[in-house]
Amino acid sequence: MFHSLGKYILLLRLSFRKPEKFSVYWAEVMREMVSVGVGSLGIISIISVFIGAATTIQVAFQLSSPLVPRSIAGSIARDSTILEFSPTISSLVLAGRVGSSMASQIGTMRVTEQIDALEIMGVNAPGYLISPKIIAGVTMFPILVIASIALGIFGGWLACVLSGDVSPADYLSGVHEGFEGLTIRVAIVKAIVFGFIITSICAYQGFYTNGGALEVGQSATKGVVYSCVMVLFADLVITRVML
Amino acid sequence: MIEIKGITKTFGDNDVLRGISAKFKPGKNNLIIGGSGSGKTTLLKCIVGLHEPTKGDVIFDGENFTEMNFEQRVPIRTHIGMLFQNSALFDSMTVEENIMFPLNLFTNRTHAEKLDRANFCLERVNLKGKNKLYPSELSGGMKKRVGIARAISMQPKYLFVDEPNSGLDPKTSILIDELINELTEEYQITTVIVTHDMNSVMGIGDHIIFLHQGKKWWEGTKDEIAHTDNKELNDFVFASKFMRAAKARL
Repeated sequence: MFHSLGKYILLLRLSFRKPEKFSVYWAEVMREMVSVGVGSLGIISIISVFIGAATTIQVAFQLSSPLVPRSIAGSIARDSTILEFSPTISSLVLAGRVGSSMASQIGTMRVTEQIDALEIMGVNAPGYLISPKIIAGVTMFPILVIASIALGIFGGWLACVLSGDVSPADYLSGVHEGFEGLTIRVAIVKAIVFGFIITSICAYQGFYTNGGALEVGQSATKGVVYSCVMVLFADLVITRVML
Repeated sequence: MIEIKGITKTFGDNDVLRGISAKFKPGKNNLIIGGSGSGKTTLLKCIVGLHEPTKGDVIFDGENFTEMNFEQRVPIRTHIGMLFQNSALFDSMTVEENIMFPLNLFTNRTHAEKLDRANFCLERVNLKGKNKLYPSELSGGMKKRVGIARAISMQPKYLFVDEPNSGLDPKTSILIDELINELTEEYQITTVIVTHDMNSVMGIGDHIIFLHQGKKWWEGTKDEIAHTDNKELNDFVFASKFMRAAKARL
């Protein structure tokens, strides 16, 4: 375990060496940002709307007491979405979509000698392949999480309109009541940390792939599993430290 | 010139290479031959720095490559071109982008100049007009030729070729060998080729090293190989009935 941790840290150090040519790396960063950000927007939108809607209906179901104002469903759905569902669930989904793609892409490059070709040319392969992915992860994950929060709250409103369990006016009033900016800061910190964890762990797994197609698949699986576990661990630590 | 001195490479308890020394001269096709598992590809990877030798030195025109760190190696690496066994073209890039990739990273040429160079290299390997194709749209022989075009794009002083004929039909194999030979002579490149293709050995083997059990077993030219009495080399080169018959006619 310590051997792997050491290799991971050394790989990260190599990844952030001075680039051979900034413009080439910048183009790669932009390409990765489009792939991570725009490419993930569809799946994030779908899960966010459904999770927001389901959360609101479940909260409304549990608040059966006439003493509790119905608007509280909006407040609970908002805070759950901002603090947990959007950053954590979205990141777990992104680990599957973005992380596995990164691990298998880099792993395939390894087994088909494309990484060797980069090294022969004098290119710092970890820098060229991994740093743009990490930069794309830490910049695009917060944007995706903010979009997910907005869509999750919209999903809750939609559930109110369609089901009538809580009136849309009560829901919106609950969303506005007692809002604290800290929750958004926590969500953004989580998104940045999760973005780093997922991209770096999956890239590490891909970079040290040995063998053929079978091992590429195993690297992608390992990347997703390890990054999901680390995301959940980091989620706990950030929540404890910031709240 | 490239000189290797006492190259030894060990993986765990397995001694893959045992003290190999040789000199590879410019303008010559230097072939490393040997059976499967004899250490040919490992030796090539030690020379180009993909593997660090356990012992020994690799010297490029008087500069000890083995003792250099990553940054110090970059200027030498920009003079190295390599054709991989499976071509190792970047899947996400077109043919043109593959050839221009090292030019983009290591030169300050304008886009038009880089494009000119890419077109020249493509023309040199008889693939004019294939600029916008992706590697997945090319045949095995075309991939090899694009690999050669990328390898020569930076006008290398040293060209390394790993199994240039693997997976190719005999006619295409000969074309690839002829192309490598022409480029080596034309630009006076120090070319090191790892192969076990006997057509290549007899066709372009200016200087041949035969590896056996991780050691340099024999060294000579294609003319000398036909008359050697080295048992292991004879067993390797004249393994087929056809080659034995060809030898008998000599």
